[in-house]
Amino acid sequence: MTEKSGKFQRIVLKIAISLIVLFAVNFSVHAEEEGSGKRTDFILHHIKNSHEWHIATFGHTHITVPLPVIVYSTDNGLEFFMSSDFKDEHHKAIEHSGYFIDDHDHLKPVNADRKILDLSITKNVASMLLSVVILFSVFISVAKRYKNNTLSPPKGLQSLIEPIIIFVRDQIAVPIIGEKKYQRFLPYLLTVFFFIWINNLLGLLPAAANLTGNIAVTMTLSIFTLIITLFSGNKNYWKHIFNTPGVPWWLKIPVPLMPIVELNGVFTKPLALMIRLFANITAGHIIILSVISLIFIFQSLVIGPVAVIFGVFMNLIELLVAFIQAFVFTLLSAIYFSQAVEDHHEEEPEKIAA
Amino acid sequence: MGAGIGAGIVALGAGIGIGTIGGSAMEAIARQPEATGKIQTAMIIAAALIESAALFGVIVCFIIATS
Repeated sequence: MTEKSGKFQRIVLKIAISLIVLFAVNFSVHAEEEGSGKRTDFILHHIKNSHEWHIATFGHTHITVPLPVIVYSTDNGLEFFMSSDFKDEHHKAIEHSGYFIDDHDHLKPVNADRKILDLSITKNVASMLLSVVILFSVFISVAKRYKNNTLSPPKGLQSLIEPIIIFVRDQIAVPIIGEKKYQRFLPYLLTVFFFIWINNLLGLLPAAANLTGNIAVTMTLSIFTLIITLFSGNKNYWKHIFNTPGVPWWLKIPVPLMPIVELNGVFTKPLALMIRLFANITAGHIIILSVISLIFIFQSLVIGPVAVIFGVFMNLIELLVAFIQAFVFTLLSAIYFSQAVEDHHEEEPEKIAA
Repeated sequence: MGAGIGAGIVALGAGIGIGTIGGSAMEAIARQPEATGKIQTAMIIAAALIESAALFGVIVCFIIATS
């Protein structure tokens, strides 16, 4: 018994030390890049999407991975470039084949009248494809183990994933949606939970893309939740929105105030989901980057270690936030689904206290 | 400067909110230590939701500051 607990403690210690080393490396990789320009440029550069994947800068050498630039326009059709085509040897932006990348990392046509559709594999898209590959490989291997050895106890990756899936099912889906109806929504809930969690975690690594901190991505996820809610709404749900029971008639008939408020609620709930995830993740990244920038603003020997310690601490909190935000997004989606499929409850007559 | 003051007030609001939640959670755990797990879960969820409200404000301040 004592030997097993000693082994566990050693594993935890190793994981803790490697996490701290990883975050310290994160710092040194970022730290080289601080230089001329406004302070916020450094922070914004790490938050925003970009057409190339910038990994690190050592002195004057930039280590970047150029990514494909795919443009669709009605007159030229589908065109493929590499993002390195748009920079010359001194990393200044140049134009190429009638397009250029402006200061905000947007692809623009030289002739401003043309309409283009930018379908490039940007840093965020590449990061999302990577996380999709990770998710597929993990879950397909776990599912295959279940299909082939149905009755054997879980081993390896399965024993890591199974408790988490059961957690989502037993703590989120069943208590909120109910025993009879949760199975329709469980695949989506699991998907969104693991997708958000793995992308939050990947965003914390050095040289990572800030995927879930991109409002377009979170908007897409919350639109999925909205669509599923609207399409699984039963008669009771729509009745609650347009003809709320228990509300006086004069709030509905001449000017339909209550329906307008309820309809507003239908759209603000996914909006809040979107902003909550985006703000939490982006704010976390900004805090860590600001702590690193502090080292360069103060340039004092005392601030250095303090900033590193504080930064490691913030990184550990961000690990917790990564899980919590995935959990809260999934939980709120489940609550909206449960409202959509709720059965009609009979109004209880008011009881007079005896 | 307005953005800075705004961000400070937002942090104040979040601090008060989460502090209240944490305080009640501590009291509840002290009264009934067996329910610690459920109380902790509920506390974390409430803290996450309050923090999201605070971060709405932070985003607005950030937009003001950088544009």
